[in-house]
Amino acid sequence: MEVFVNEFFVGLSIASILLLVALGLTFTFGQMNVINMAHGEFIMAGAYTTYVLQTALGTGLITVSFGLALPAAFLVAGTMGLILEFLLIRRMYGRPLDTLLVTWGVSLMLQQLARDIFGAANVGVEGPSFLDGGITIAGADMSYSRLFIIGVVALVVIAIAIYLVRTPAGRRMRAVMQNRPLASVSGVKTPRVDRTTFFIGSGLAGVAGVGITLLGPIGPTLGLAYIIDAFLVVIVGGLGQLRGAIFAALALGMANSFIEYNTSTSIAKAGVFLLIVLFLQARPQGMIVQQRRGLAT
Amino acid sequence: MTRLLIAGLMVFAMTAAGCGSSDDDKSASSAPNASPGVSGDKIKVGVLHSLSSFMAISEVSVKDAELLAIDEINKSGGVLGKKLVPVIEDGASDWPTFAEKAQKLISTDKVAATFGGWTSASRKAMLPVFERNKALLYYPVQYEGLEASPYIFYTGATTNQQIIPGLEFLQEKLKVKKLFLVGSDYVFPRTANKEIKAWAKAHGMQIVGEEYSPLGNTDYATTVNKVKAAKPDAVFQTINGDSNVAFWKQFKDAGLDAKTLPVISVSTAEDEVRGIGIENVVGQYVAWNYYQTTPGAKNAAFVKAYKAKYGADRPTDDPIEAGYVGVHLWAKAVEKAGSTNAEKVKAASKGLTFDAPEGKVTIDGSNQHIYKTARIGKLQPNGLINQVGGSDKPIKPDPFLKTYTWAKGL
Repeated sequence: MEVFVNEFFVGLSIASILLLVALGLTFTFGQMNVINMAHGEFIMAGAYTTYVLQTALGTGLITVSFGLALPAAFLVAGTMGLILEFLLIRRMYGRPLDTLLVTWGVSLMLQQLARDIFGAANVGVEGPSFLDGGITIAGADMSYSRLFIIGVVALVVIAIAIYLVRTPAGRRMRAVMQNRPLASVSGVKTPRVDRTTFFIGSGLAGVAGVGITLLGPIGPTLGLAYIIDAFLVVIVGGLGQLRGAIFAALALGMANSFIEYNTSTSIAKAGVFLLIVLFLQARPQGMIVQQRRGLAT
Repeated sequence: MTRLLIAGLMVFAMTAAGCGSSDDDKSASSAPNASPGVSGDKIKVGVLHSLSSFMAISEVSVKDAELLAIDEINKSGGVLGKKLVPVIEDGASDWPTFAEKAQKLISTDKVAATFGGWTSASRKAMLPVFERNKALLYYPVQYEGLEASPYIFYTGATTNQQIIPGLEFLQEKLKVKKLFLVGSDYVFPRTANKEIKAWAKAHGMQIVGEEYSPLGNTDYATTVNKVKAAKPDAVFQTINGDSNVAFWKQFKDAGLDAKTLPVISVSTAEDEVRGIGIENVVGQYVAWNYYQTTPGAKNAAFVKAYKAKYGADRPTDDPIEAGYVGVHLWAKAVEKAGSTNAEKVKAASKGLTFDAPEGKVTIDGSNQHIYKTARIGKLQPNGLINQVGGSDKPIKPDPFLKTYTWAKGL
């Protein structure tokens, strides 16, 4: 029982990190069919934003700088996404393979840029002191930093859900996602919606970067560690589906944690990949599929 | 769309992991040059490290140290009265690229010797290139042993100069009876742990668990849970690269520290500590042959020169020092041989000594490793490492562990 609760919490924690890194991608990939390989570097930008703020404000104000880092990283990564969309991606809509290669090139350039600015070595970010330690529930150790990440993800998901359902901008976003030509003839300015989507999607990657500083390395190649997992969540969940991404992250996180406990880390990675391959054989469209009427594809 | 993306991801993953087909060059091995690298009043030498992708984190500093040594040699008149000119190549954390660039340095740039590599995988990829061309490689990082190429000089530690002294320290000083092994999943940790298990069996230490994770892994929650459940007295850690940061952060995050569960690491040095955050590792143990705090005038001068060139916040550490020593050992051997010819340099290197920052080092003529003092260190709150154990004199390198009865059959 203790093992079960422990691994359940680990699974939940892995799921929250997966969801955090994949949330932004769900929208850029789902709405715009853009395979953005530079998404990982936006996560990196978020992590470095935390580092820059902490260095600038000094070690006396770690909690403050960490709190500031969340909105700041959203803005920094979001702005980088806007620039990328404006300069490159809007010129190649409908050419997914081209965007894949171009954004991969951008990702390499951003990595090198980070290396030139911050040095090749990893940098250190100290977590706020209120996240030190953890609590034990039913024999399972739950650390505050992992609980914090789960909390951040929950808040972000609620915020996105409200945005999509309650606000006019969110409704326009869903309209474009569901049927781009119809939204366009109904007067929705799709290029503008695309830009907003890209800003939000990239910004969410920045927020993920802040969360990751608590648990992982902060260096120029940080993005490489998360980008593939992020795409897996999006594919398994179904394109552009918030609910799908949540289910997929939970499924992958739990599978990872329980397989790993019973075998080894390497085998768990392979096992999860195998499960994904089998799942996509049965359901190539992912867990949740867009309901649409009409003939438009 | 989905299918296309998966194909794209696979290509990406393969490239990122560097498992493309090994492109060992097909060019016929030319007759070894009589005195390679020499042209007019200059001698070209190769510097081949990962300056991009995931190993750049560690290797850039070693490249810097090698360039510092080249500078120093040039300032004091060069080698054979000629200035050294470094040709810098990027191995890009990709093992076939290391082999390709090594071949390029040898046949196109015609360098006198090459200084480079970090991971055992990169060394294994370069080894056939250097052997086929009868050219010299100076490899600066501690490794798993069981190798002695006639064309490689190993300036980092082999097993009996690092891992075995680490185990002895755990048993004698920390009274460890139950040990848990945690490592990255590739050649160095797998081989090192095989040796550790053989040692433990012969010395009455119990191995209560063994866990491997892929290079680049970022989640250690389950691994840490398994460690906790096995209740060891200490952990022997051979995790490399970025994963090292994730391991230490999450180990601390799970409420473990040096007091509750000591860890000894053979891949966490001063340079890495900056990225891990000292609060996550303070009080833990490491096994190396050199620390920035190692006493002696030679080291004080080395640390001062390194910081003056690259910044006061840049610490020196073991692989950095080994890279620096490699360049000086080569230069000394060339002076002694009076030529850059590989065979002559090899002959002149037998028993050659150098006053290194870590103390006097001697090249062992039979296996081209160097005598090194084992130093067990403890991480201090200021991010530096103080020596708390180890050997009192340089240990003879024994890459195949021939002098250890327990190592028979490895």
